[in-house]
Amino acid sequence: MTLREVKDILDAEVLVGHDQLGKEVKTAFGADLMSDVLAFAKAGSLLLTGLTNPQVIRTSDVLDIAAIIMVRGKRPSPETIRLAEELHIPILVTQYILFETAGKLYTKGIVGCVERVDDERAFS
Amino acid sequence: MNLDTIVKELDLKVLSGQDRLDAEVSGGYVGDLLSDVMANSKEGDLWFTRQIHQNIVAVASLKDHAGIVVIQGAEPAADTLEKARKEGIPILASARPGFETIGRVFNMIAATKSPEEADI
Amino acid sequence: MWKGLTTNVLSHDAAIYENSFPVEGGTFDNAGHVSSQIKALLTRMKLSKKVVRRAALVTYEAEINICSYANRGRIHLRVTPEHVTVEAIDEGQGIADIELAMQAGYSTATERIREMGFGAGMGLCNIKNFSDFFRISSEIGKGTHLKMVIRIDKDFDGI
Repeated sequence: MTLREVKDILDAEVLVGHDQLGKEVKTAFGADLMSDVLAFAKAGSLLLTGLTNPQVIRTSDVLDIAAIIMVRGKRPSPETIRLAEELHIPILVTQYILFETAGKLYTKGIVGCVERVDDERAFS
Repeated sequence: MNLDTIVKELDLKVLSGQDRLDAEVSGGYVGDLLSDVMANSKEGDLWFTRQIHQNIVAVASLKDHAGIVVIQGAEPAADTLEKARKEGIPILASARPGFETIGRVFNMIAATKSPEEADI
Repeated sequence: MWKGLTTNVLSHDAAIYENSFPVEGGTFDNAGHVSSQIKALLTRMKLSKKVVRRAALVTYEAEINICSYANRGRIHLRVTPEHVTVEAIDEGQGIADIELAMQAGYSTATERIREMGFGAGMGLCNIKNFSDFFRISSEIGKGTHLKMVIRIDKDFDGI
């Protein structure tokens, strides 16, 4: 589905990335621990999180996260928004809690992603 | 809907609180930051987290959660399980990705509510 | 603690790119800044997405460690046709028990670090798991030195 559909499903407000709403997403990962995101999330996934600090943006940049959904109506600081703009990472804010956010997306066909480290390794 | 229905439907592993599976599950909460879960989760919630230290038992107990589902393949520490057994808090584990486990429980809970309430 | 490659080719092939980036310790103000920079650099060198992503990931975890625990540090990047080598060298408290620190879930993080979403005791595990070669050494009261090597895969399409 497109990011625009994600926005509609979650009644979300787009803070960064109005120009990227046509982007396709298939998988999502929900977590408040960035180290888990780093360990498990697939490139191109949606990141659903309760965190709003700049590290969420950095983590998403490192992992090529398609877009960040900030849950429970928490708004990021101007610094976080500035960094997301700089790195071209969309931020959507939804009023739903993470449970409902994940549930609604799952219902509409988004699947979870757990990327095993070993799969990613390309040993010759 | 009680916890046992969810355990059976999702094939969750029961690590503690076997005798409390009749607990009524009225909602769900997903969170790894204990302060957030303390502040925002509700009584009767099934709490999904990847935290495994023993403080999760205290939080679930204080907030009267129906139980804890440990996701992302995390395995609770021995002292966490011991404390959970003592306090009668069900800790459950899922082999599936957290997102899918959460999504399925969300659907099960939504199905028990009236169409207006369900809002999916 | 050594892992991965047994051959000693790592320092022999000629560097295409080599640079050091300073990292400020004890603050999250710029945390991740160097990793973003290195990711952009490697992307421009047209390395495969997987290699860039893994290199960025291990750099990021190492950078977060410096921001979390050290007074100051630097990240050294070296790219050769076959490997991306990232070293994180810091001046700080050092690690008392490396084996313990390497255990998943073990952490000495403060509440401040945890609130940022770190300090779950996964950082060094992630670094080890996402690199092809990993070495850690540390001296109490002096600092810690991490070395991570990512192999550039066969479909590598030139720089």
